Amino acid sequence: MPNIQVQGEEEIHPDVALVARAKEGDTAAFEQLVRQYERQIFRIAQHITQNREDAEDIVQDAFLKAYQKLEQFQGNSKFYTWLVRIAVNESLMRLRKRRTAKTVSIDEDIETEEGSMPRDLADWSPDPEQMYGQSELAEILRKTIQGLPPGFRTVFVLRDVENLSTEETAETLGLSVPAVKSRLLRARLQLRERLSRYFKIRKDGDTPRDLHRVSR
Amino acid sequence: MGTRHVTCTEFLAELTDYLDGKANAATDAEICAHICVCAHCKVMLDTTRKTIQIYRDQEVYELSPSLRERLHNAIMSKCKRC
Repeated sequence: MPNIQVQGEEEIHPDVALVARAKEGDTAAFEQLVRQYERQIFRIAQHITQNREDAEDIVQDAFLKAYQKLEQFQGNSKFYTWLVRIAVNESLMRLRKRRTAKTVSIDEDIETEEGSMPRDLADWSPDPEQMYGQSELAEILRKTIQGLPPGFRTVFVLRDVENLSTEETAETLGLSVPAVKSRLLRARLQLRERLSRYFKIRKDGDTPRDLHRVSR
Repeated sequence: MGTRHVTCTEFLAELTDYLDGKANAATDAEICAHICVCAHCKVMLDTTRKTIQIYRDQEVYELSPSLRERLHNAIMSKCKRC
């Protein structure tokens, strides 16, 4: 994240100046904003759509839309959260297109109760990351988050992976703060439950690799 | 006045704020008191915290330098055309 410049008593985010220059037609300033946020936008799009090609298209579409609509950006929110809102909408639209017969919104599958009642309460190994190789661990995390309904997945990614505040997440998704909190809790608990299958302390003879193979 | 005893359900309701450091001092104390006596909730707290940390620390969807460059160039060429 960029540093905050302090001007007198007021804190000014460095993006403000870049956005102002980009609005005046300075493409180098916009390019700097693209460089700053393209990785995060790609990550968010891939988390929501779970599809690499879609994520590649979304990154391009989101920045192009942001560029075209820059005049409409009033600076009431941070440029990054405004950009995330565009990317989330594009991502949900992609999901909708993919499942043409079904409407996909941030509310999809939100009725599930799993996660509210934790079942697996075995403790985890002290260093669960050490139980698997880097690529194996990434695969487990991908498979686990893929199982979450899009509505939960999106809230978890914005709040816990991208570090947006609860208020920013609510604003980005058009949800109330209590709705964000409730979805975040369920997302966290569901992920915890699913990761427990891999990370919990096992009985003798039950190796992580055996479990990994079984649960594929 | 001593700390109020919370149930496991009440603990669950406060878990998100507690993990985010947003619970007030009284709730903080209640949660701390609860996990001292409830092993299940202690495990749930620790493993939920670890869940968040693992996702934060791992780059699940890495954008390779070559793909990043390709996407970047595509974005900028589209923007310059419009």
